[in-house]
Amino acid sequence: MILIGVIWGTMNGSLDSVTQGVLDSAKDTVALGLTLLGVMSFWCGVLKVGERAGLIDWLSGKLGPLLDFLFPGLGRTHPARRPIAVNIVANILGLGMAATPAGLEAMKAMAEDCEPQAGSGGAASNAMCTFLILNISSLQLIPINMIAYRSQYGSAAPTAVLGPALAATACSTLAAVVFCKVMELWTMRRRRAGR
Amino acid sequence: MMEWLSHAIMPLTIAYIVGFGFLSGRPVFHDFLDGAKDGMKTVAEIFPTLLGLMTAVGVLRASGFLDALGGWLTVPAGWLHIPAPLVPVTLVRMVSNSAAIGLVLDIFRQYGPDSQLGLTASVLMSCTETVFYCISIYFGSVKIKKTRYVLPGALLATAAGVAASIWLTSGLS
Repeated sequence: MILIGVIWGTMNGSLDSVTQGVLDSAKDTVALGLTLLGVMSFWCGVLKVGERAGLIDWLSGKLGPLLDFLFPGLGRTHPARRPIAVNIVANILGLGMAATPAGLEAMKAMAEDCEPQAGSGGAASNAMCTFLILNISSLQLIPINMIAYRSQYGSAAPTAVLGPALAATACSTLAAVVFCKVMELWTMRRRRAGR
Repeated sequence: MMEWLSHAIMPLTIAYIVGFGFLSGRPVFHDFLDGAKDGMKTVAEIFPTLLGLMTAVGVLRASGFLDALGGWLTVPAGWLHIPAPLVPVTLVRMVSNSAAIGLVLDIFRQYGPDSQLGLTASVLMSCTETVFYCISIYFGSVKIKKTRYVLPGALLATAAGVAASIWLTSGLS
């Protein structure tokens, strides 16, 4: 991306703004990192309280059947199941900042599965792919911030987008789930054919 | 009601978790500190990834490449019935949330939030995610290099979201 940017900038004589872009975004990243540091640490703290109080066990128990369907590779006792449950619920509630720490924890737990098969060279497992695609497909039920922006800009009906947003989110998530399932089947078949 | 709920959900969730901790007799603050320490470590780990990605995106935006790409894509987007002002929003949405919000607010200012474009943009923002940002943070944190079918899957989900938001809001305004 940097290469494309620099080449494009050279061609259009906008290299000075590219330089500015580097400096600005480096500065922005520090600001974002500080925000992230505060919010992430706070949410990790709150989640730890929930975890030690047994709330998260209860949650992942409730989500059990769903997790079984989405992540057939992760057995009932897999350590990634609990953070995945937290991540999904936090995403649905629109607590993006609480979803990220749990998501990273889930990734770490799933990555440990990959270690024994050395030589896989840092390839993602099916479960990791499904998890990430699901996250990207957006699970949020209520687009809180968009509603806030809409009313800020004088919308007569800021919540008018609720229904369509819900339906559109369902569409993107459905597409994601179907895609993951198809890919899962496909990799399974290919592996069987290879041996 | 809806507005109240959307403002209340965060404090309520926190209060619920902390309250639950108290009721089950845990040393709540001690647990909180342990978690917060882990959180700081995680941020420190992903920061370099973040820096690299954000800078790359910044360079791409500053060079005017994204604008040009948006310009090129306007014609094919027209075939798919994607309104021209939404092309840059869709592109930027995949790399940066705050930049995409900036573009959507421009649309609100120019066309109004209740216009056809305003509605579609609102829904589009709600049903898509920052694809590249998510992939690099999540996979960067565990040093995954082969992302396999994640990118096509993520793009497919995004495309489905974009298509759905345009279709669902057509004739709504």
